[in-house]
Amino acid sequence: MQHLTLKELRDKLQKGETTAVEAVQKVFAQIRKHEPVIKAYLQTFEQAALGQAQKADELLKKSGTEARPAPLLGVPLAVKDNLNLLNTETTCASKILRGYVSPYTATAVQKLIEAGAIIIGKTNLDEFAMGSSTENSAIQQTSNPWDTGRVPGGSSGGAAAAVAADECFGGLGSDTGGSIRQPAAFCGIVGLKPTYGLVSRYGLVAFASSLDQIGPLAKTVEDAAIILNVIAGYDAADSTSHARPPQDYTALLGQDIKGKKIALIKELLGDGIADTVRQAVETAADNLRTQGAVIETVSLPTFQHALAAYYLVATSEASANLARFDGVRFGYRQQSAKNVLELFKQSRAAGFGAEVKRRIMLGTYALSAGYYDAYYLKAQKIRTLIKQDYCRAFAQYDALISPTAPTAAFKFGEKVGSPLSMYLSDIATIPVNLAGLPGISVPCGLADGLPVGLQLVAAEFEEQKLLQIAAAVERGSKFARIRL
Amino acid sequence: MTEYETIIGLEIHTHLKTKSKMFCACSTEFGQPPNSNICPVCTGQPGALPVLNKEAVSLAIRCGLALNCTINKKSVFARKNYFYPDLPKAYQISQFDLPITQAGFVQLPLPDGTEKRVGITRAHLEEDAGKLVHQGAEGIEGATASHVDFNRSSVPLLEIVSEPDLRSAEEARAYLDKIKSILQYAEVSEANMEEGKLRCDANVSIRPVGQKEFGVKVEIKNMNSFRAVERAIKIEVERQKQVLAAGQKVVQETRSYDEAAGRTVSMRGKEESHDYRYFPEPDLLPLLIDDAWVAQVKQDLPELAEQRVKRYQEAYGISAYDARVLTLDKAVADFFDAAARLYGGDKKTIVNWLTTDVLGYLKNENLELGQTKLTPPQLVEMLGLIDNQTISGKIAKDLLVKILQTGASAQKLVEQGGLRQITDEGELQKIIQEILAAHPKQLEQYRSGKTALKGYFVGETMRRTKGQASPPLVNQLLDRLLA
Amino acid sequence: MAINIADARHVADLARLDLTEQELATYTEQLNQILDYAQELEQVNTDKVEPTYHSVAAGTALREDKAVDFPNQAGILRNGPEVSGTSFVVPRIL
Repeated sequence: MQHLTLKELRDKLQKGETTAVEAVQKVFAQIRKHEPVIKAYLQTFEQAALGQAQKADELLKKSGTEARPAPLLGVPLAVKDNLNLLNTETTCASKILRGYVSPYTATAVQKLIEAGAIIIGKTNLDEFAMGSSTENSAIQQTSNPWDTGRVPGGSSGGAAAAVAADECFGGLGSDTGGSIRQPAAFCGIVGLKPTYGLVSRYGLVAFASSLDQIGPLAKTVEDAAIILNVIAGYDAADSTSHARPPQDYTALLGQDIKGKKIALIKELLGDGIADTVRQAVETAADNLRTQGAVIETVSLPTFQHALAAYYLVATSEASANLARFDGVRFGYRQQSAKNVLELFKQSRAAGFGAEVKRRIMLGTYALSAGYYDAYYLKAQKIRTLIKQDYCRAFAQYDALISPTAPTAAFKFGEKVGSPLSMYLSDIATIPVNLAGLPGISVPCGLADGLPVGLQLVAAEFEEQKLLQIAAAVERGSKFARIRL
Repeated sequence: MTEYETIIGLEIHTHLKTKSKMFCACSTEFGQPPNSNICPVCTGQPGALPVLNKEAVSLAIRCGLALNCTINKKSVFARKNYFYPDLPKAYQISQFDLPITQAGFVQLPLPDGTEKRVGITRAHLEEDAGKLVHQGAEGIEGATASHVDFNRSSVPLLEIVSEPDLRSAEEARAYLDKIKSILQYAEVSEANMEEGKLRCDANVSIRPVGQKEFGVKVEIKNMNSFRAVERAIKIEVERQKQVLAAGQKVVQETRSYDEAAGRTVSMRGKEESHDYRYFPEPDLLPLLIDDAWVAQVKQDLPELAEQRVKRYQEAYGISAYDARVLTLDKAVADFFDAAARLYGGDKKTIVNWLTTDVLGYLKNENLELGQTKLTPPQLVEMLGLIDNQTISGKIAKDLLVKILQTGASAQKLVEQGGLRQITDEGELQKIIQEILAAHPKQLEQYRSGKTALKGYFVGETMRRTKGQASPPLVNQLLDRLLA
Repeated sequence: MAINIADARHVADLARLDLTEQELATYTEQLNQILDYAQELEQVNTDKVEPTYHSVAAGTALREDKAVDFPNQAGILRNGPEVSGTSFVVPRIL
């Protein structure tokens, strides 16, 4: 049963063919079996989940005769550990937040709960979502279910591994430069980063506020759409969230894509992209052509500057966002500090890991007197150029295609020594965040036995169309998820 | 000896009178137990986000209008980054490049009856920090630990930055008084320094008279009253003159005013060098204000000081100068309006009593009108006693102080103290005759032509009667008895 | 615009990070690599380009001025590393 998709489980629950209690039990059996190796979760809530499952089953029984049940009633889901959930620990996989008990719940998580979902645990990540392999977690190393000697990607590596290993029926991650899509690609599942502003960020521990978005990690495109239906929408607590009429993101999933104009991005199929990855993506594109889509190639020349611009913008915002971890109100405090200045400097030096400190240093430098114009401001202008490139492309095309990542999952330790080579693994996903667009990674094939993700990008708020084409990729690739 | 000119610019922070905080729904109520008005947003919990209070924006617009500023259709919030235990996010959400209002001015009334125009560079919105209570010592010096209270964190502030147009400590004080008055009239803030709802930093420099370039600027902080601002500036100007006289250079720095020691002290070394690394706040989109919003605020604007000055001149024939003095403090003007409604006589009488006696008392005692016990009906009651000759003006002056202090009714004080004016001719004549008899030498001199001595006899009579004799009657009787 | 150890130390001070000499040396080298890579941005002419600070082109949301108590203030205080009564405590400032 744990191998069912979210949609399949929901149908069975609603038809009375299974119970939420059974679903929770099966999932925890799977967790017990595979967690010793996968280590996707930082914490799980088995007792609470069973209690919630019993209540869900009562409601399901009633709803059989009365109204339609809540859309996720009784479905066990996982959330990344940078999302606040009242009275549970939220660590961001950092020593500096160990023991921090959330005094409130993130809006997106609250929406899952209100839709009847059972939050069964919180998943591992690169510390403060900074990384592409989940190796930067200060707590544990998560393995890729396809090859436990390899990384699950990051930063939402825990959520991706948990979904791929059937340790839950779907999850929430956050994506600042590819942190949902790249681990989804590495673990052979679906990962969606919605348009900036579609999902409330309230309660998501900020990495780079103008780039962060919460989104689903799911077994199928349809599952991702079901979760998005629940978490999307305006939130008065997030000033950057959009007031728009709600949409049903599953509405177009079955429709064919005849006549849709789709372009491969030239700059993301050249140097630095593994041949096997390129081949898998091109094969998937050919398949879309056979389904009736028009496939062309487009050049987006400013993309070559996206990575540099991203690291300046993201680290600048991060340097301010992470300043609140100062040992005064919560988190790690260096007890030996004799005065406030020592308290700040020592608590932060001891509490943050190497990558976080590196990014704080870079961001602080980029904003500091004399360098602001050359780095931060310049990067924000490049961002405008990237947006304009996309804009031109979307005047012609319904969606853009590229690999989600230049390679399939790499081995532990392979890129730890060189920050820049690690950063390069986000080259295809980063421009999407800079432009605030929706992007999805769909498994499209294998490269040397490892899953390859195909990234589709659409114009802002075109999630319906994006998911429609993603479902076509899914149908065409006949990709088989791993079964542990 | 070089003559120097003083150049002063003030940065005034005022709380805005909102029910909830700038970026969250916590109450702004003052004087609550520590950390009882807090939430994830104003304590900088991970993941919390700010949402702007509409009323704070309306009040800022209102204040901008009262300061003759331009209201910017688009303004931008920025993060000002620095670490301090009372700053929960380690950045303050403020405005930098694009403030909500800018380029205004105020007119200062000068004692010679003229006016001076002082430019307002900008007035921008920002959030307040929390409060530190130092343990083990009076202040930060010598404290062993500090308690942090975030009740004040994220309370809306407007920072009003003046042009360097002020030329003396007295002008700076007059400007402060004027800004406070504007804030009170516009009903945007209670603007009291005691509760920290108004704070002021001063930028002070001096330059040789005739020189165009400004001298090196020093920022003075930690001034806790209007009087302190005036004194601190005077002290700092003297210090800078001495530095230059000694052939040294004034250093650009921040200095703290030490009221007890009567000096300013360099803060270098006590605070790390600041590089605030301002950048646009990604959690808030630009603040857009359309003409309709500004028009609505304009329509809701209460009667401002200038309008009241005009009304007083037109309705009561009060001089422009008196009207300005009367309207400087809104509490005083409101008092005047209430008293004028109750008093049947010439309203200028109220003006005289308020502007000379009441304001004089407040200045001497360093008090606000609201801190005294005087009410409009009490003042009017006392004026009635003067008008019906129950008491003399001189007695009234003493009475007024008692009323200000105790809030007792004038009528009762007169009865209890036997202060009623002596208007009985026979009684007074007897007293004067006794005085003349007791001073034969002075009487002799008077009669031989030294008529100025009449004043001496008036004084003696008033002294003997403890001021209760009716002065016109004393004069009349003396004229008769000395003839 | 290469940075040296002294620059790195200044940045660490601004960021309130107490770094070891070893860390400073490593970060100096790594930041230089990244900044070297970012050098390419200089080639791009952005003279007439407006910066994009937000992906969303709209005015900021506004709240009505209504005071509402947060129901879990105790939950906020409970996370304090040192709390006295209802105040957070920090060591001496000077």
